[in-house]
Amino acid sequence: MPDTYDTHDTRDTHDTRDTHDTRDTHATRGRPAATAAAGAEPMIAVEGVQKVFDVRRRVPGSLRRERHEVRAVDGITFAVPAGEMVGYIGPNGAGKSTTIKMLTGILTPSGGRVRVAGIDPSRDRARLARRIGVVFGQRTTLWWDLPLRDSYELVRRMYRIEQRRYTRNLDACVDLLDLGPLLEVPVRQLSLGQRMRGDIAAALLHDPEVLYLDEPTIGLDVVSKAKVRGFLATVNAERGTTVLLTTHDLTDIETLCSRVMVIDHGRLMYDGGLDGLHAAGESERTLVVDFARELPAVEVPGARWVRSEGPRQWLAFPAGESAAPLVTALAARYPLVDLSVREPAIEEVIARMYGAA
Amino acid sequence: MGGFYGAVAIRGFRRYATYRIATAAGIFTNTVFGLIISYSYIALWDQRPHLGGYSEAQALTYVWIGQALLAPTALMGGGFENELMERIRSGAIAVDLYRPADLQGWWLASDFGRAAFQLAGRGVLPIAAGSLVFDLALPADPVAWLLFAVAIGLGLTVSFAIRFLVGLSAFWLLDGAGVAQIVWIVALFFSGMLLPLNAFPGTLSAVAQALPWAAILQVPADVLLGRRHGAGALAALAVQAGWAAALLAAGRLLQAVATRRVVVQGG
Repeated sequence: MPDTYDTHDTRDTHDTRDTHDTRDTHATRGRPAATAAAGAEPMIAVEGVQKVFDVRRRVPGSLRRERHEVRAVDGITFAVPAGEMVGYIGPNGAGKSTTIKMLTGILTPSGGRVRVAGIDPSRDRARLARRIGVVFGQRTTLWWDLPLRDSYELVRRMYRIEQRRYTRNLDACVDLLDLGPLLEVPVRQLSLGQRMRGDIAAALLHDPEVLYLDEPTIGLDVVSKAKVRGFLATVNAERGTTVLLTTHDLTDIETLCSRVMVIDHGRLMYDGGLDGLHAAGESERTLVVDFARELPAVEVPGARWVRSEGPRQWLAFPAGESAAPLVTALAARYPLVDLSVREPAIEEVIARMYGAA
Repeated sequence: MGGFYGAVAIRGFRRYATYRIATAAGIFTNTVFGLIISYSYIALWDQRPHLGGYSEAQALTYVWIGQALLAPTALMGGGFENELMERIRSGAIAVDLYRPADLQGWWLASDFGRAAFQLAGRGVLPIAAGSLVFDLALPADPVAWLLFAVAIGLGLTVSFAIRFLVGLSAFWLLDGAGVAQIVWIVALFFSGMLLPLNAFPGTLSAVAQALPWAAILQVPADVLLGRRHGAGALAALAVQAGWAAALLAAGRLLQAVATRRVVVQGG
C-alpha cells in the first residue's frame, strides 16, 4: 500500500518541529556546535545513483515494438553540504531533470542511494516535500485561474505555515521580487518574468532547507534575469538555503555558483570550481591581431590560426600559456598594428566538453 | 490538513461560479432535455402504466432528479478528469506529486467544490422549472430529503472515484479520451439516466442495480421517491458507501503503482 500517502497527522506534527530545529541551526550558524552538527551529513547525498527507463519503440517497417533500455542517469555520485549553491548543467537530455525528480522523490532510482536532509526521497516523499522547494522554469506551480495572493494562501494551508512566518516570508519576497502590484492579478494574466518571480516566491514561503531550481531564468529578459539572480543570491546568503540550480544560461552559474557539476549522457563529467572548468575543457585563449595589410594565414609556433577577416586575424593558444612569446614572434615577422587577448568564453569551454562526451 | 482541502473545495466552487453564462446555458439545456424526456416518459407510461413500479408522477420526478444530478455527477464529462489527464500527458503532474498534499484528496476536494456549485446552480432551477410544468411527486417529509442529501454525497463520491481511475489511466495510455468516452456511455446507461434501472428487463435490471453506477442516480432518486425508506434506505446508503470506499481504495492503489512505476512525461 502507498505508504507515501498515509494520513499525515502524526508525521506532520513531527515535521513542523523538525523544520523549526533546522531553522534555529541556521540562525545560530556561528556557534561551533551547530556548525559541526550541520556538517556531519551533507544536505544532499547521492551515491552511485542510476535511473533506467524501459522504452518501447516501433521497429521501422513493422508493427512490432521493441523494448529499449535508456540509462537516463548512469551512476552519479556527489554531495552538497548545507548552505551551498551548486550549478548543475548539461545538454538537453543529459539527465538533469531526471536527477532532480529523484531528489524530490517523484522518481524512484533504479540503483544507488539518495538522501536529502537525511530522508530517502522516494520512500518518504510527503515528509521531504515540507522541507524542499522546487521551481520548474517551464511549468508553473501556481494556480492558473487564481490571483497570486490566493495561490500563496493555498500554499500556506498546504504546507501549514504558521501565520507569522508566512507573513514575514511573503513580505520579504514581495519586497525583493517586486510582487506588490501583482498580488491581485490572476496567474494566467502574468507575463513570463512575473510568473517566474511568483513561482520562486511560492517555493520559499515554507522556508525550505533545500531549493531545486530547474531552469529558473529560461525565457526571461535581461532585467528579469538579473532580478531573479539577485534574489537567489540573497536567499542563499541570508537563509543559508542549499540550492541546486540547473540552467542553460551560464551567466546564472557565473553569478551565483562557486561550484558547478556537468552531466552528460547520465554521467558526471565534471564537479568542481568554475575556474577548474577551463582546464578540464582544454580551453584556449584567442589572440586578435591587426596587421598593416591583408596577409595570408600567419604561422607562429605555439598558436593555431583560426580565421582571417581583411587585415585582422584570430589565433588560438592554450589558456595556460603566456601570450608574450607569441606577440614577440609575431612582431618580429609581420607588420603589427594592434592586438588584444580574449579570455575563453565559458560557453565554448562547456560546448567542447559536451562535444567530447 | 482539513483546512487545506476545505480551501481547495472552496476554490473549486468559485472557479465554476465565475462561468455565469455557461451556467445559464447549462440550466437551459437541462430544462429543455427534461421537457423532452418528460414527454417521452408520459407517452411510455401511457402505454405501460407502473413501468418499473413507478407511477407517472414518480417517473416524471425521476426525470427531473436526473437532470438536476447530470452536471454535479459529471455523468457526461465536465469534471476534473480531463484536467488530470492533461496534467499527466504534459508532465505537469510532477508539480502535483512533489507537494505534501495527497493527489486523490486534492482532486476529490476540488471536484466536490465543483459539484456543490453545480448542485446549486444547475440542480435546483431545473427541478423548480419541472415542478412548474408537471405534477412532481416530491416528498414533504424532511427525513426523505435528508437521506436524499446523504445519498447524493455518496453518489458524488462514487462518481469521483470512477473518474479518478479513468484519469489515472493516462499514466499508461497517455491519451485517456477513449477510456473516458467509453466510461461516460456506460455510466449514462447504468446510472439509470436514460431509463430507471427498475424498468430494465429481469436479469439486466438485477445486474445494473448491482453495479456501482446505480449509486450515482438510481439510489438517490429512489430514496427521495420513497421507493426505499426506513431500513431499506439505510441499506441502500450502506451499499453506496461500500462502493465509494472500494473504488477510492482502488484509486489509491492505482495511484501508488502509477507514481512509482511510470515515467513522468517531459524533461
